[in-house]
Amino acid sequence: MHKHFLIVMSALLCIWARPSPADESARAQMKGLDEQVQEVKTDVLSIAAELNQLEEKLLYPSDTHLAVFVSLAHGETLRLDAVQIQIDGQLDALRRGGVQRVYSGNIATGTHEIEVSVSAKLANGKDYTQTERFPFTKEIKPKSLGVMLAGPDTPQPGIHLGDW
Amino acid sequence: MRIRSQWLSMGVVLAAVAAQPSVAAELRDLYFGEALYRAYQGQYFDALERLDAELAQHHRVDEPELDSLQYHIRQADFSVGDFELRYRMHLRAGRAIKAVLDADVEQPVKNEAAYRLARIQFQKDQPEDALHSLERIQGTVPDNIKDDLEFLRANVYSALGRPADAVEVLKRLQGAESLKGFAAYNLGIALLQAGHNAEALRQLEKAGQIDSRVSATAAVRDKSNMVLGSLLFKSTEYGPAQLAFDRVRLDGPYSNLALLSTGWAEVTAHDYQKALVPWGMLIERDGTDAAVQEARLALPFAYSKLQVYGRAALLYGQALDAFGKELEKADASMRSIRAGKFLQALIREEINQDNLWVVRLRTLPDTPETFYLTELMASNDFQTALQNYLDLEDLHRRLLVWQDSFAAFEDLIRLRRANYEPLLPQVDAHFRELDSQMRLRLEQREHLQKRLQDILTAPRPELLATADERLALESLRKIGRALRSGSGAEHDALQARVQRLQGLLTWRLYTEYPERLTQAHKDLRDLNEDVRLLHERYTAFVRARQAAVHSYVGYDQSIKRLRTHVGEALQRVDTLLARQGQVIEAVAIDELNTRRQRLEAYQVQARYAVADSYDRALKQHAGGGTP
Repeated sequence: MHKHFLIVMSALLCIWARPSPADESARAQMKGLDEQVQEVKTDVLSIAAELNQLEEKLLYPSDTHLAVFVSLAHGETLRLDAVQIQIDGQLDALRRGGVQRVYSGNIATGTHEIEVSVSAKLANGKDYTQTERFPFTKEIKPKSLGVMLAGPDTPQPGIHLGDW
Repeated sequence: MRIRSQWLSMGVVLAAVAAQPSVAAELRDLYFGEALYRAYQGQYFDALERLDAELAQHHRVDEPELDSLQYHIRQADFSVGDFELRYRMHLRAGRAIKAVLDADVEQPVKNEAAYRLARIQFQKDQPEDALHSLERIQGTVPDNIKDDLEFLRANVYSALGRPADAVEVLKRLQGAESLKGFAAYNLGIALLQAGHNAEALRQLEKAGQIDSRVSATAAVRDKSNMVLGSLLFKSTEYGPAQLAFDRVRLDGPYSNLALLSTGWAEVTAHDYQKALVPWGMLIERDGTDAAVQEARLALPFAYSKLQVYGRAALLYGQALDAFGKELEKADASMRSIRAGKFLQALIREEINQDNLWVVRLRTLPDTPETFYLTELMASNDFQTALQNYLDLEDLHRRLLVWQDSFAAFEDLIRLRRANYEPLLPQVDAHFRELDSQMRLRLEQREHLQKRLQDILTAPRPELLATADERLALESLRKIGRALRSGSGAEHDALQARVQRLQGLLTWRLYTEYPERLTQAHKDLRDLNEDVRLLHERYTAFVRARQAAVHSYVGYDQSIKRLRTHVGEALQRVDTLLARQGQVIEAVAIDELNTRRQRLEAYQVQARYAVADSYDRALKQHAGGGTP
């Protein structure tokens, strides 16, 4: 029984000094693999960059490229549920999020109208919905629009459109 | 000394001090904001992809000071390093931060870069390099990193075997709220390393009584109490050790070990009765836990010491059954892992979406392959290997999607070519016709403008005559020429009439000259506006014509090159994925073997003990109470 006691005690006392589950060779192997994984990540990121350029050129040429981003006003406590974007009456994107690209697409040069509808919950639990329409002009260069959202109890409440 | 060397292996704890990138001021660059948004979601590949592209574009533009990223450029440079770190790309992160450190930037920026570099070096087990980086920090240090920097410095000193320096730094950090618990515990360990055992015990006592509801701080407090209790236990101070173990939360990560240790403290103090309570609680817990398994033997051991041999025999019997079942579980786990199910379980979608996936994994149904591995999976080495495996799996999925997209791109290009190519010759012919007409009109406008310019220097009112007036003047000139050869009263009267009419027209042209000149300039301006619009339409047409061609011409080489790169990368990723998977499985099997061997040893002990206890119980029964 005394032997049993010693085995049990040694298990207890060694628990803090327990070596890493992987032995040294496995650790070395893991380290080598880790470096190779980092290298392949770098390669894939560089492919992603090239592919993005190709996609942008092929799918979103600058003369028709339009991107719409949504952000919340600084310090805003609004719990955003949904943002609905309509361009010239067409429903184009519905996503959840804070500072987020909600739309990337193509549109003809000229004057257009964007409609932004917001559904959210205020800090006091009440529902908050708001819809605004804004005109904008698409020129030859790529167009980025920033939609800034703020609740009703803020210095600048409502939906604001910024041209970037 | 034995005690010291044992505690050195515990190491210090690291507070979660990795800086979270955020937009300190108003966001001025939407694409940078989008990269941050991705990072906040934990999508570091996407965040890096976007930020790399944005930074490359910023450095390509002729006037970067006019680019909107200029307002965030310093933060963007650091964010790249942060994202790379979080995406476990330490080598690239280190290079990126070194570049900032070696660049011609202000000292506060260099200080922040040096701190970040030191953090990476420390994480990668390079404490000498980390100290060298920290020594490059001079002058003012930003308030937001001041405490974290000093905490890192203390950890570096500890890793370099300079506990006295670590103690000095950590003493100054005891009031730092963000390091509550961590600084206190590490000070205790540093004192222990420095050989100040009595002071170390007092410090761990303090660290073990810190009041906090923050889970990380509470976990460090538990750890402090475990270390303190074990130290006191080794010094045969069972009472105080007992108090330290009692402070460990019953639902925290150290609770099983604390219950086990409490029992042993009681047993060592020969109070077997009191040991029954914690061990009794412990055997009701998860049977795969090492402390629980040990308690299954410890509890009947206490009963046998209390001479309750019947109960001891019963519990040893139950332990024997339990160990048998656990061995079956371990065998099932090994079979499952060898069949590749462990790796399949790791890439389950619901696990990837959960930050506490290691904890949840154990509770998922149909995952026998994860029995006994929760502890292993929580270790740093294993976490790195697992995260790499998950990252490789993610890269594999992305590359497959990209590979498929090339066929779609080619299809798109083929359709565009089929649409535009037959149309373009006709469009071009029409365009050439319009182009020549436009050039003619432009020449006429140039001529008119030149004429008006000439009039300004040498006034010629007849040039501003209307078409009717010019016809009338011409007619009068012709009549005048015809009347030169005649004579007589009637002839004279006709000549006088011609002269009067010429005079009238000349009078009108001269008197109306200023108004006509003004009007002519106004008309020219209107014409210029029409020409400008014509030019715009012309340019738009040329661009549209170019865009039509560019929508299907010039992609072949890019697609071919990318397809090759993606194919090669996919091959490398698959090879690494297989190797990483094999390593994970081998480590898991090793761990299971270790646990299996321990269970077998327990089984042997239980088998012996159950027989011994029955024997003693029988003797006790036969002897009327005495074995």
